[in-house]
Amino acid sequence: MATAEASSNMKKVQVRRYKPEENADTNYLNAESGLRSWLLTKDHKRIGILYLIATTFFFFFGGLLALGIRMELWTPAATFIEADTYNQLFTLHGVIMIFLFLVPAVPAILGNFFLPMQIGAKDVAFPKLNLASWYIYMIGAIGTIFVIFAGGIDTGWTFYMPYSSTTGGAVTFMSFGVFILGFSSILTGINFITTIHKMRAPGITWGKLPLFCWSLYATSIIQILATPVLAITLALVGMERLLGIGIFDPALGGDPVLFQHFFWFYSHPAVYIMIVPGFGVVSEIVSTFSKKTIFGYWAIAMSSLAIAFISFLVWGHHMFVSGQASLANMVFSFLTFLVGIPTGIKMFNWLATMHKGSISLKTPMLYILGFFFLFTVGGLTGIALATIAIDIHLHDTYYVVAHFHFVMVGGMVMAYLGGLYYWWPKMSGRMYNETLGKISALLVFLGFNVTFLPQFVMGAQGMPRRYFNYIDQFQGFHQVSTIGAFILGIGFAMVFYNLVKSLFNGEKASANPWNSRALEWQVASPAPPHNFDHIPVLIHGPYDYHKPMADFQLGLAQTNGHEPEMGTHIEADKEVEMKD
Amino acid sequence: MEALRNFFLPPAKTAVAEQYDTLFWFVHISSLVVTIGIVVAIIYFIIKYRRKSENDVTPVITHNNKLEVTWSVIPLIITLVLFGWGFQTYIDMTKAPTDAYEVNVTAQKWLWRFQYKSGASTTNELHVPAGRPVKLIMQSQDVIHSFFVPDFRIKQDVIPGRYTEAWFQAREPGESIVFCTEYCGTDHSNMLAKVIVHEPEEFAQWLEDNSGAATKPTDLAPADWGEQLVQQNACATCHSTDGTELTGPTWQGTFGSEEQLADGSTVTVDENYIRESILNPNAKIVQGYGQVMPSYQGQLNDEQINAIIEYIKTLK
Ligand code: HEC
Ligand code: HEM
Ligand SMILES: [Cu+2]
Ligand SMILES: [Cu+2]
Repeated sequence: MATAEASSNMKKVQVRRYKPEENADTNYLNAESGLRSWLLTKDHKRIGILYLIATTFFFFFGGLLALGIRMELWTPAATFIEADTYNQLFTLHGVIMIFLFLVPAVPAILGNFFLPMQIGAKDVAFPKLNLASWYIYMIGAIGTIFVIFAGGIDTGWTFYMPYSSTTGGAVTFMSFGVFILGFSSILTGINFITTIHKMRAPGITWGKLPLFCWSLYATSIIQILATPVLAITLALVGMERLLGIGIFDPALGGDPVLFQHFFWFYSHPAVYIMIVPGFGVVSEIVSTFSKKTIFGYWAIAMSSLAIAFISFLVWGHHMFVSGQASLANMVFSFLTFLVGIPTGIKMFNWLATMHKGSISLKTPMLYILGFFFLFTVGGLTGIALATIAIDIHLHDTYYVVAHFHFVMVGGMVMAYLGGLYYWWPKMSGRMYNETLGKISALLVFLGFNVTFLPQFVMGAQGMPRRYFNYIDQFQGFHQVSTIGAFILGIGFAMVFYNLVKSLFNGEKASANPWNSRALEWQVASPAPPHNFDHIPVLIHGPYDYHKPMADFQLGLAQTNGHEPEMGTHIEADKEVEMKD
Repeated sequence: MEALRNFFLPPAKTAVAEQYDTLFWFVHISSLVVTIGIVVAIIYFIIKYRRKSENDVTPVITHNNKLEVTWSVIPLIITLVLFGWGFQTYIDMTKAPTDAYEVNVTAQKWLWRFQYKSGASTTNELHVPAGRPVKLIMQSQDVIHSFFVPDFRIKQDVIPGRYTEAWFQAREPGESIVFCTEYCGTDHSNMLAKVIVHEPEEFAQWLEDNSGAATKPTDLAPADWGEQLVQQNACATCHSTDGTELTGPTWQGTFGSEEQLADGSTVTVDENYIRESILNPNAKIVQGYGQVMPSYQGQLNDEQINAIIEYIKTLK
């Protein structure tokens, strides 16, 4: 029977070992069936899958548009489409990739699925709100795409005034669509913060919280604080359009540069909404595949929060040539450099985790190694751009295009794919094909570099961004880049093929194929309908690879009322001491 | 070395550009060193610490505060150096000397106009003397544009309703390309111009020759002068003379023909219609085209418009 004896802040609890079941009969996928059971589900895991399906669709749509853009750039003049079509293509590509794919990808898919499992909870704090946020996301996504098509929006994803006011009412609708999307991410953020605060299983102190959860925590804070600014911007745009009050449009006496301030005040933190969850994935995978305690747990956890905080103060680095005062430029440049420090700290801690580890080069780890290289390049070119003088020449050239693709695709998409492969056995109950996984990872890495490395060079040479035509001197670079894009495209298609194929004829996954110590791996694959049939108890941290696996499978001996049956999976009671 | 430098950066045609390049190389070479360091460490680790068996035991190393401080403080120092150096160079790049020669720049979809003190004005060609600082005082007529000269490493947004400035001092005579680098619509990527740097005496001569641009040079027939004006005013970015479709209708065979207008009516292209099209382009919109042609009211006088009409007449 459970005895809780408080001694200072340690307490004793009665626990049992609950070994994860192999080949369990029911899991979250087959517990209920039918379309209705999916569309009305409140299960965080199923909602994660709903997000996965939607974002995958948008990712491939956005990717096809990218191939269209790249094909058009094969020759310096018109290749197969007109200038206006080209401008709509890159707008649609940017909007889809950022707001429809990248922002929700890791938090809403992997976060939704694994955050509750990592903290030993049965669900998120507000399951209905969680489902609502998916619907809101879908409405925002479909609305946004519809508006772009119907209004023929060609402003780029930045919607700069006053150009964007020439596209009629479309900007208002557009920012409304983006705001709806933002609202969905606010709801997810609120859910995550509450869940982390309130629903941690016994023993999961803040110091034992998996780093993936820490990164989602930091992300949620940004989402909640930054998104309302988008609403304010929207309200101002609406007031200007409908009431004729001059705010941004110089024709009405407004200030177009003010719009840029508002836009980046939201969108720069949004850049970190995109990357910080990826950091969390990296921490999980590096530790698991090095079979070693994470190095600098607190440094990594706190640097996420530091990044979240500083990210609110650097928006002006997008406006160094906008005519903003030199003093403002100086301050923004300085603060931007500061973001580099916590980011560097993370890199070094991950590398130190690999040091003296037992490194296994499975597919998820290959993506993380790719991440290390690509994100380093993305980050260091970011440092170059933070140096005001250097940015003057490089701003709005292909150098910047390459920089943000290195961060967003080379960083975040690599982390996301690594995470998807890593958690795939738990999500699908199947193992993907390892050989195919490795080949496609290499193709993605190769294709990515061939696509985007030449863009640094042509950008430094002066090739401006958002150019339909270009001068002949850049053609060689553009052609290499286009070839790379197709290699990259094939790589992504293979990833898709590999994962989907595994659903049909993949090997059945064991509960813990990576021998991870983290809690989400201590239940059956695919995950059981309610995650845990017991209340898990943690006496070690999630990265304590020096402790025996059995220590990570403990749960309270007594569960609310009903007594689990003793058997092969459940061992006799014992007593452990743990921090309160 | 030289070849490598030219591979990455355009030629540096001002002293400031050279100053820029030094910083550029410092940042990129140190970044390269860091990147190589990280890659080497990764490769070393994955070879040396490759998993040998599933039962491998790894040491428990949770943290090391000395290391954390080291790899926070060293990057901090490096970035502070970069910050200071970058800011200093930025000031040199943007603060024009007081004795600079001033040119007014007007940007509009999708061309650049340059007005000189002497009264001369040019479109899409900026003429400047070598060896003398030139300051550009810029304003936009419509949306935001950005004035970018890679050879000089300068870039500055050009904004409606407000003046912005840029400056440079070209060392030698020659030509450099100007790009518009703030997205401004359909012909954003065609909004190019040239900086033409002259020897100082040559520039003085050029100014003198062009200040009277509003009257016909005596040695030219009206149609030839019209052709020149069309070049100078960049009509050719939107109108072809050989039937090619650009942003605007081609002028080949247009004179005397019937145009279908967007409102459904038709009009005969005659002198009055062309005159109206130039001074008030939005009064009659040709079917299938947008309202994008800028008005040349105040830019072209009657004599010039007549010359352009004569020129269009010759395009059969
Ligand atoms: C930015 C592009 C642009 C520039 C520069 C431009 N135009 Fe146009 N022009 C157009 C467009 C588009 C139309 C058709 C729509 C309209 O009627 O306004 C047009 C129409 C015309 C027409 C009527 C042609 C017809 O077939 O009915 C004339 C004449 C003309 N332009 C003359 C000029 C002259 C002269 C210049 C230079 C001084 C010039 N344009 C510069 C875009 C331009
Ligand atoms: C599949 C590989 C991809 C290729 C080949 C590609 C290519 C391109 C190209 C050519 C541009 C246009 C640049 C210009 O005209 O100035 C562009 C813009 C952009 N891309 Fe991608 N891209 C890819 C993936 C992604 C992904 C995954 C994301 C984000 C997750 C992304 C985000 C963006 C953004 C935000 C823009 C800017 C759009 C704008 O300027 O309005 N791209 N991309
Ligand atoms: Cu930013
Ligand atoms: Cu432009």
